[in-house]
Amino acid sequence: MDHITVTKVENVTLLDHFAGKTLSNGILYLTATHLIYVEASDAARQETWIAVHHIATVEKLPLTSEGCPLIVRCKNFLVAHFILDSDTICQEVYISLLKLSQTVLFEDLYAFFYNPKSTKEMRENGWKLIDPISDFGRMGIPNRYWTITDANRNYEICSTYPPEIVVPKSVTLGTLVGSSKFRSKERLPVLCYLYKENNASICRCSQPLCGFYTRCEDDERLLEAIGQTNPGSQFMYIIDTRPRLNALANRIAGKGYENEDYYANTRFRFMGIENIHVMRSSLQKLVEVCESKTPTVTEFLSGLDSSGWLTHIKAIMDVGTFIAKAVKVEKASVLVHCSDGWDRTAQVCSLASILLDPFYRTFNGLMILIEKEWISMGHKFSQRCGHLHGDSKEVSPVFTQFLDCIWQLMEQFPCAFEFNEIFLLEIHDHVFSCQFGNFLGNCQKDREDMRVYEKTHCVWPFLAQKKPDFKNPLYKGLNMYEVLDPSTLPCNIQFWCGMYNRFDKALHPQQSMIESLLEIEKQKMLQKLKALDEPPEELFTSCHFGDLLSQHPESPLTNPLDFMGDLHALSREGGLQAQKDQAKCQCGDCPYERFEIIGSFRAISISENVGFSGDPGISEAMGASEAIGISKASSEEASCSQQQ
Amino acid sequence: MEFSELIRTRQAQAELLSGPEAPALRGTLCVTGHHLLLSPKPQATDLWLLLLRSVDSIEKRVAGDSGTITLRCKDLRVLQLRIEGVEATLDVARSIEALSSLESVITSYPFFYRPKGLRLGDAWHFHPLESYYKRVALETDAWRLSEVNEDFSLCPSYPRVVIVPRAVDDAALARSARFRQGGRFPVLSYHHARSGTALLRSSQPLIGPKKLRCAEDEELLGAVLAGARPGAQGFIVDTRSAQTAKQARMTGGGTESKAAYPGWKRLHRPLERGRHLQESFVRLVEACGDLEQSMDQWLSRLDSCRWLAHVQEALSTACLAAQGMEREGACVLVHGAEGMDSTLLVTSLAQLILDPLSRTMAGFQELVEREWIQAGHPFQLRCAHSAFSHARSKHEAPTFLLFLDCVWQLGRQFPLSLEFGEGLLLALFEHAYASPFGTFLCNSEKERCLCEVRTQTHSLWSGLNQSKEQRKLRNPLYVLNPSALWPSVEPQSLRLWQGLFLRQTRPPERSEEVWEKVWQIVTDEKTEDSRPVVSAPEPQP
Repeated sequence: MDHITVTKVENVTLLDHFAGKTLSNGILYLTATHLIYVEASDAARQETWIAVHHIATVEKLPLTSEGCPLIVRCKNFLVAHFILDSDTICQEVYISLLKLSQTVLFEDLYAFFYNPKSTKEMRENGWKLIDPISDFGRMGIPNRYWTITDANRNYEICSTYPPEIVVPKSVTLGTLVGSSKFRSKERLPVLCYLYKENNASICRCSQPLCGFYTRCEDDERLLEAIGQTNPGSQFMYIIDTRPRLNALANRIAGKGYENEDYYANTRFRFMGIENIHVMRSSLQKLVEVCESKTPTVTEFLSGLDSSGWLTHIKAIMDVGTFIAKAVKVEKASVLVHCSDGWDRTAQVCSLASILLDPFYRTFNGLMILIEKEWISMGHKFSQRCGHLHGDSKEVSPVFTQFLDCIWQLMEQFPCAFEFNEIFLLEIHDHVFSCQFGNFLGNCQKDREDMRVYEKTHCVWPFLAQKKPDFKNPLYKGLNMYEVLDPSTLPCNIQFWCGMYNRFDKALHPQQSMIESLLEIEKQKMLQKLKALDEPPEELFTSCHFGDLLSQHPESPLTNPLDFMGDLHALSREGGLQAQKDQAKCQCGDCPYERFEIIGSFRAISISENVGFSGDPGISEAMGASEAIGISKASSEEASCSQQQ
Repeated sequence: MEFSELIRTRQAQAELLSGPEAPALRGTLCVTGHHLLLSPKPQATDLWLLLLRSVDSIEKRVAGDSGTITLRCKDLRVLQLRIEGVEATLDVARSIEALSSLESVITSYPFFYRPKGLRLGDAWHFHPLESYYKRVALETDAWRLSEVNEDFSLCPSYPRVVIVPRAVDDAALARSARFRQGGRFPVLSYHHARSGTALLRSSQPLIGPKKLRCAEDEELLGAVLAGARPGAQGFIVDTRSAQTAKQARMTGGGTESKAAYPGWKRLHRPLERGRHLQESFVRLVEACGDLEQSMDQWLSRLDSCRWLAHVQEALSTACLAAQGMEREGACVLVHGAEGMDSTLLVTSLAQLILDPLSRTMAGFQELVEREWIQAGHPFQLRCAHSAFSHARSKHEAPTFLLFLDCVWQLGRQFPLSLEFGEGLLLALFEHAYASPFGTFLCNSEKERCLCEVRTQTHSLWSGLNQSKEQRKLRNPLYVLNPSALWPSVEPQSLRLWQGLFLRQTRPPERSEEVWEKVWQIVTDEKTEDSRPVVSAPEPQP
């Protein structure tokens, strides 16, 4: 790429301020997709891969006696502190990285040229893996009260909603359109989650355009219709997740909040979650605290306090818990909005769903939830994550906070989630990596305009086949817990070191209980396989193999990819080369084989890297290797040696 | 029994609430000499039982014709009793107040506790010093077992036998003892075979304003270096600041001067102790029990109580001592003033960092017995009251709890390297403050001998090593880790010990559930109810 004026820099030092050691004399490579640091000295070469889309800022510090410092800060909280020999080269690297990381055109995003060498059919099937609409089927919709309509098929009612929306059966198209005209960005009230046991539901929308006096009959009718879908309850909550003052200020601009007098049988509540700008600056402060060198306990705690981060996490958790309790305990339906209904609303609706429904605590459940409440309902991923060089005021860690809340729940209920922390971190990586199409653009229409579904790959098959690494061995299954009731007392909300200090390995526990348990389970599974004493070829096609490997054979999304994920667990095991080969033969024509290889490559990257950022995918890695002069043979050698 | 006059009322109808999520228990409440009993039905077998000595503070409120008693226990649990009748409430409260504050050791419950399945004297044959000496003797002949303190006359807070340099005779020890506060002359705490160095502990030297010296004391420390690997240096880790150590000279104490102890270099690592440490504990527990505070308030209270800072300082001082031995090949002497609080904290943690054997179930029990109980940590004084009591003497300090917290942090960072789990640490905390066993009674071996603790009470170790306790205490994921455990002491790596400090507000079931699940995975159990009995080895005598 023409942005790169220098492709290789020798004699580069990478500092690790927590481990207290420096890695001596490495080589820095610049490629179109990654910044790669290779430690030259050791036999076991340490590599650090940084995806260019992960780079948030590049900073060049004044020359010191040691050399020319260059600090690269990433959106996934990796901070790489390089020291280069030459000031001129440092300047060139600096300029190149700035240009690389500030993509201007969406066509230049990694996803549009990421090519894992899979077939067209495979790519298309990948996009079918997660279907958000199928989730409504799970809730029993369509039913007596609710219907799925494609009224928004050409994005005519609301440009940031998906084509299909779920609304009360009793309302007419006219009412929907009328209501949408009365809501900010036409984001009319639609169903998010139906709690089957008592008919209480969670609906979401944006703020009403009511100003001080305006009313809208259609909107009132729609809310009344939503209320009637829950005949067991006398009222319904309207939750405005904003602080009262913010909502009041919006009234002056002709927006605002619902007047209880105009909406029959409703109870209106303000909740007090701050806006995206407050969250952005809070994260900024938090990152500064995490980066500070050897802080005292007091410095750390007061920094943590003044960042306000945990206060915001608590606020989101409080609202999520309130909604879940309203639905479960009070049996009341809840309508949620904030300003435009795509940030705070997405956070609390999806959090409440996780609290209410054990399904969302499984792999498939979380993937569906993210597709449904975030991607298809128009959370502005591209703007919030700063995928393209643009308005920095639109950037905000809204989705990061959602993952943080899930982590808080996992801390309080260690046996209630099918996945572990690494799964969350991996999702977080790909929200920013622009390697897959899912998180590109700001709404469904954007993605269609960008032809994301034709030109890019879907992230979920990629994650699904790495499931063995993401499993929570403590998980007790779908039926063990129903509704979660977390404590949101301040002392139960914790700083997530695994996220915000993720790449400072010296700060993390040096052994992992989860990893150890996964290893034990893997060994056990192998023993069981051996005990069956049947040739694996037959096993792969027989149904009891499926029972053995798949945790939820009954789950709606059991599919070959899921299955491959578990197969992968076996084949990656070192001593089982033979079994692996057999598996490969078996899958000779199987297009999914590709994934497996990518997976193994990925595993190497994780285990070998000092800090890992993004994912190269094998073809890219090969391409990159060629471009930067690492011989292809040595890369292959590396991946082979890993498998032994 | 003489308790009878303290018991105002023997029975009342009551309802017990033992936690935010626990169901209420209704029944007849009984006050006995040592216990509070609640039986749901007449002749019921499933009694609820509370050792009165574990009550830390009691608060009574009456309204109408009933009353509520809030019992805050030394193990940080909070219980509420609703009692019928105003008089009954007041009588029960007064009885609990009187009985829970009895100070006499020999009328305490351990002298009456006779559990099924245990025999008196079991595990009291546990002689950690002798057995530890056997280990040292295999590694080096530079040390000997001395019986100079056989009658506790040299040092009332030391056990009968101590490990000292072979080159120093008993007479010299006696003179060194006179030069050290409380007679606590330098003794071996741990021998690090790999580096050929030793960890010692003592109390401060009595240098005083006149800068006194003691030839035998200097000779003793000289002999330590001479017996170590050739060319070994010495570090004296003083757990007080340089200024405090200097000020101690005014009251007859002080710290070793460089000139008098060639080869020894002094380092000051001030650790909090005494009243300030107790206050830190009290303020942390208060903050943890507050259900109304905002996040700001909580974080600023967590900070200002300084508990986590104390954990950090203790761990980093222990790392320093361990590093001195392992990486620099130096001998290390640790002392503060009296040498029975922060000194023991540092020496015991340093051993846990360096010595894989001390991380086993038996090894850790031996460590606690040798480095805390026998080493003369005054448990009776330090653990008389916990965080809730209003009646506070100046002797209380949660030094042992701080040690347990540091061990918990170590276990969190190395979940596969300790053979025991959080359950053992919690049990030790509970038993140190109030226990039916005799192990933590009294302040020193001398006192325990006078009270005949060894013959008249049961040992906690035999209680804990029963096979029924193993599943709770043992870490199923343990694998022997031969290397040193260097913990991270950065603030991001230290966590509040929720399992202990959030007991008031959080049900313990969830962490027990995780533990149970881990056991199931490791032992390959299918269901909750098929639990094979784990056979546990007895502790090594």
